[in-house]
Amino acid sequence: MVCDNCRERDAVVHLTQVVEGAVTQVHLCEKCAADKGVETTVAAPKTPLTSLLQTVQQQLATGPSDQTRCVFCQGTYKDFRASGRLGCARCYSAFEPQLRDLLQRVHGSTRHTGRQYAPPAPDQLQRASTVLELREQLRRAIELEQFEQAAKLRDQLKEVTE
Amino acid sequence: MIDFSLLPDGGTRWLDGSGDHPEVVLSTRVRLARNVEGFAYTTRARDGERLRVLGQLRDAMPKVESLKGGVILRVDELATPDRQLLYERHLVSKELAGLDGTLAVRTGAALVLADEVSVMVNEEDHLRLQAMRSGFDPLGAFGAATALDDELGRHVPYAWHGEFGFLTACPTNTGTGLRASVLIHLPGLVLTKEISKVLAGLQQMGLTYRGLYGEGSEVVGNYFQISNQTTLGKSEVELLDQLSRVVRHVVEREEEARHVLLRDAGYIIEDKLWRAYGTLRYARSLTFDEAMNYLSGVRLALSLKLLSSPSVYTLNKLLIHCQAAHVAQYDGRATLSDGDASVARARFVRDALAADVGSHG
Repeated sequence: MVCDNCRERDAVVHLTQVVEGAVTQVHLCEKCAADKGVETTVAAPKTPLTSLLQTVQQQLATGPSDQTRCVFCQGTYKDFRASGRLGCARCYSAFEPQLRDLLQRVHGSTRHTGRQYAPPAPDQLQRASTVLELREQLRRAIELEQFEQAAKLRDQLKEVTE
Repeated sequence: MIDFSLLPDGGTRWLDGSGDHPEVVLSTRVRLARNVEGFAYTTRARDGERLRVLGQLRDAMPKVESLKGGVILRVDELATPDRQLLYERHLVSKELAGLDGTLAVRTGAALVLADEVSVMVNEEDHLRLQAMRSGFDPLGAFGAATALDDELGRHVPYAWHGEFGFLTACPTNTGTGLRASVLIHLPGLVLTKEISKVLAGLQQMGLTYRGLYGEGSEVVGNYFQISNQTTLGKSEVELLDQLSRVVRHVVEREEEARHVLLRDAGYIIEDKLWRAYGTLRYARSLTFDEAMNYLSGVRLALSLKLLSSPSVYTLNKLLIHCQAAHVAQYDGRATLSDGDASVARARFVRDALAADVGSHG
């Protein structure tokens, strides 16, 4: 989104104004906001993502960690800085020191105190994943018109699910 | 075209005007962000991985009580106008619908719609469990979302961390993954120019606000969405409690503002609101913003008991049906030019209000 005033720089301040009873939103870049004397400290943390990205930006100084790579999804910390999104659950371990710091700043805590979760027992999952695999293979066989193979897979699937 | 008659209540039971403070608080929504263990998150996943996530949910559905009788809509297989319709009904996000301008709709993007709950599949997180309620009902919405979460989590393994809690694609959702929000109508605070103070106060209480359509959307028709900003370090109950206390306070402030308006500018307000109603009843062309503003006026008139009809339900329905894709569907076309849409919108509003007057005698 570009600044409503200069139409050049990115808008970083999103100001809600009430003029004669009508609510309007004005989007300004930092410079225009400062020129207009808009107090940015209140507007800045309006969206959690904005404050998050600001925090991420502040961590730019920690250069070397940028190249840290998650072994599971192959995403780097730099990718996260660019998109604001992590690639997978393993990223939380791969980038743990930086993320711990980030979570602390965004939420004021790193410890989850809400509902606890116990993942389902592995044998149930094993079965579920076999079913999924078979179903995916069956779908592919049908798409490729390999009907003999599809019939075999269907029978296997039946065995597993019964 | 998508046939909404196949969906439970067309997916809009949350607008039926029941619940606490329905004239001020339109609806309450609770969503829980969850990811499936063992898969890259949506934006980094390959098409096949996203389809397997969807497959896991499909397999779990018959075993999950809250999803029984539900339907799966493959959002990735719908044409743009249909995706727009789902978005306008608040059933999917702009991102899931592939309408945010930068990203196309993702393979595997889907919506599971059941009686009390729905699930967005392959949004920013693999699963976004949602429950919506009419009026102000955070505990009801949370109860429904949690029941689904408990059951589904027994069949689909969630990404979980002993210290951080539920793991999400964006660290702003980590922990509980909970976002509770209320859609609230605050014309009194806007007219008395108190709104800026109230909104600034929200931020100090760890809450945030947005427009009618969530993140990045504009404020139209004096509708605001208020929601929790943090998700980690507080329990779900504490987060809901904080939201509830603040929303109750905002509702009180809104009621005070309405009282002040009537006391200090009674006839001006009354005239303004009747004009809004008159325009909606008889106008031959209405832009979306006009319709939203006049509907805001009529909603205020209704809660001040200046009008006895239309019903809150009719007003809520109009809020949805005044949007571009709904207007086009009503007109039997896929898309309309702005001019044609304004004419069709005005006709829809006239018909809806006339029908409501009829049903109220």
